[in-house]
Amino acid sequence: MRYLIAVILLLLPLCASADDWEERFVFNEGAEGPQLRVISSTDTLLFAPFIEGFVAENPLISVEYLVTGSADIDRRVRANPSAFDVIISSAMDLQLKLANDGFALRLEDVEVPPWTQWHHSLFAFTSEPATIVINRSAFEGRALPETRQDLIEAMRERPDMFRGKIGTYDVRESGLGYLFATQDSRVSETYWRLMEIMGGLRVKLYCCSGDMISDLVEGKIHVAYNVLGSYASAQAEGQDALEVILPSDFQTTMMRTVMVSSATQSVQAAQQFLRYLVSDRPNESTTQSPLPLLVAEDTVSEQETIGLNPALLTFLDSLKRKKFISAWENAVIQ
Amino acid sequence: MTDSPTVSGSLRNRLVLTLIGGAAILAILLFLAVRSYAARVAQQGQDNILSASVASILDAAAIRDGQLEIDIPYAAFSMLTTPSDDRVFYAIYQDGAFISGYDELQVDEPVAQANWTFQSTEMRGESIRQVNAGRTLVGLGKQTQIEVALGQTQDALSQTMDQISRNAAFLGIGFFLLAACLSFWVASTTIGQLNKLTTSVTRRGPQDLSPFRKPVPREMAPLVTSLNSLMGRLDQSLGQSEDFIAEAAHRVRTPLATVRSYAEATLHRVERKENREALRAMVRAIDESSRAAGQLLDHAMITFRADHLEREDIDLVVLTKDLVQRLTPIAEMRELTLSLTGARAVPYSGDPILLQNAVRNMIDNALKYAPVDSTVVIDVRADPNVQIKVSDAGPGFPSEEIDMLTRRFERGQNATGTIGSGLGLTIAQDVATAHGGTLELSNKPEGGACVILSL
Repeated sequence: MRYLIAVILLLLPLCASADDWEERFVFNEGAEGPQLRVISSTDTLLFAPFIEGFVAENPLISVEYLVTGSADIDRRVRANPSAFDVIISSAMDLQLKLANDGFALRLEDVEVPPWTQWHHSLFAFTSEPATIVINRSAFEGRALPETRQDLIEAMRERPDMFRGKIGTYDVRESGLGYLFATQDSRVSETYWRLMEIMGGLRVKLYCCSGDMISDLVEGKIHVAYNVLGSYASAQAEGQDALEVILPSDFQTTMMRTVMVSSATQSVQAAQQFLRYLVSDRPNESTTQSPLPLLVAEDTVSEQETIGLNPALLTFLDSLKRKKFISAWENAVIQ
Repeated sequence: MTDSPTVSGSLRNRLVLTLIGGAAILAILLFLAVRSYAARVAQQGQDNILSASVASILDAAAIRDGQLEIDIPYAAFSMLTTPSDDRVFYAIYQDGAFISGYDELQVDEPVAQANWTFQSTEMRGESIRQVNAGRTLVGLGKQTQIEVALGQTQDALSQTMDQISRNAAFLGIGFFLLAACLSFWVASTTIGQLNKLTTSVTRRGPQDLSPFRKPVPREMAPLVTSLNSLMGRLDQSLGQSEDFIAEAAHRVRTPLATVRSYAEATLHRVERKENREALRAMVRAIDESSRAAGQLLDHAMITFRADHLEREDIDLVVLTKDLVQRLTPIAEMRELTLSLTGARAVPYSGDPILLQNAVRNMIDNALKYAPVDSTVVIDVRADPNVQIKVSDAGPGFPSEEIDMLTRRFERGQNATGTIGSGLGLTIAQDVATAHGGTLELSNKPEGGACVILSL
């Protein structure tokens, strides 16, 4: 017993120092210059090429890369804004609210198209649609669903096949899941019908894209709804079983955004990092990057993408959120 | 006459400066007025959007199952999108208690249903425009007051204001330049009227003292009236002095002629030699006085006429021939011959009385000094210039005095013993000057004087 307590006491500081990060990496450790603390919702695997490219160009700067969920990012930054220099997240609404509330540093001379930035403080650098990822084995001999309506019909046809075998975000925990859900609900009533059917089939709820895709790869679920295509493609590499479907009825496209914390101590380095991501990155990285980077000249994506504007604050209103969550729970948790 | 008047300031400059100064003040006023009006309009625009947004939020408030629900429409914040990405803050209060949004955003006073208030205030270090709106909801036996405050930063507004200020400045500058050009134009047309009057005064003939009849602007009428009355008086006084000269000539000459005829008659009657000598001297003195008086009056008359030269088209040959005919008896008395040579006709525009006087004096002079039995040659020609030349075979001018002889009352040293006043050549000189010509005195190489009146 005493031994056990001693072990717990020994381990506690370790836990505290690890600070419950999903992932934590330091790039270019031991560099003479400043160390940037980058908090992000993007898995290290997908983001590492950018940081490696950045530290190769700026060998004096080291980068500590911390990964956590998008909702957690919002909480941590609000609690302690000076702890982070650069904030990267896929939850555009939370990021915009952070910027609106003054947590982002205004950078006047970053050359980007107006629609990919907000208030010169929040900058988008990827364009990623929400997709339906399915395990082909579940649709053997049948047409793959192309729209949400197709998916609904497929699930109605074979409820037994899909019961307990569908996954989507738990919008109460995932910031990105909430963003996708609210945007879907704005566009079409189909979303609610889909949620009701999924709820009826005991949908499995996930906090993060990564877990959802792992379960999909492992065959624990057949269908993952509203998962980021970039994650699916990256993790499903060499897995022929997985099919990433861009729904053809309507697409919800998110932009990953980055901002420099207004409380940062290393303004110069943090700015350099942001510029590297949004405007100064080398051209070849656009084609090689695991993340679908934003192409400034792409006017089509401007129309399909969720707009970076104050309307994103709407669903973050506590009353509105409460109402949406309760409607969602009514549909999904039965 | 040619004294330049004392100049103090310039009407044109004063006019231009006043107009340009006025235009500058107006341009500045225009700039300020346009800017403040545009600022009001721009602020009104922001207020309207804030109103619409807050109205849509209030509209979404409802009581369901005794619970307050505010389903903020997506458009409520979407419509607050501006080119400058202005920040948005809102707060929702129920019966004075904060329920959602940003609790720093306060509603200072309870807002009545229809009476929304706008205010400019500060939020998180930025100036914002805030609208406060309220609504009373009635549920089942329960009444609740909802208040919504909505604030927006003013980056887009100040950008718009910058743009408007720039445009208003361009407008003001444009207006000023236009007004400046106009004022130059107005000043020069106004002064142009004065210049026109000046020109018409300058261009008038010396004898033209008639009133101005051309229409002038009303403001210049008093000036022209004064000018006309001045010229009327001048005309009158000139007429009087002309009359006076004629009268004086008549009054002096007539008694002298009477005295002379008495002296002549007495000369015939007295026989004693010394008495006759005395009387002869007396007659000569009277002749001299009469001639001097005549020439003096001629000279006065010429001075007067020369100042107011009255040109007529005349033929100098006819004029000279007429004189030669009249003077021939006097020449014959001295056994001299007058010979007129030169062109057949020399038309010229000049004052005939003056020219006649000048030529008569020139011939008179020649007759006085020419030796007996010689010829005085009068030559009139138009080539190379219009000139009348009188030459004699007398002793000529004393070469050391030749430049002084045309002065008033100046006589040559060799003139002693000859009747004369010293005004003859002066008169000829004055006439030449009045016509813009010269009088040239010279001695001929073969002997004898030569006087050339060039016109």
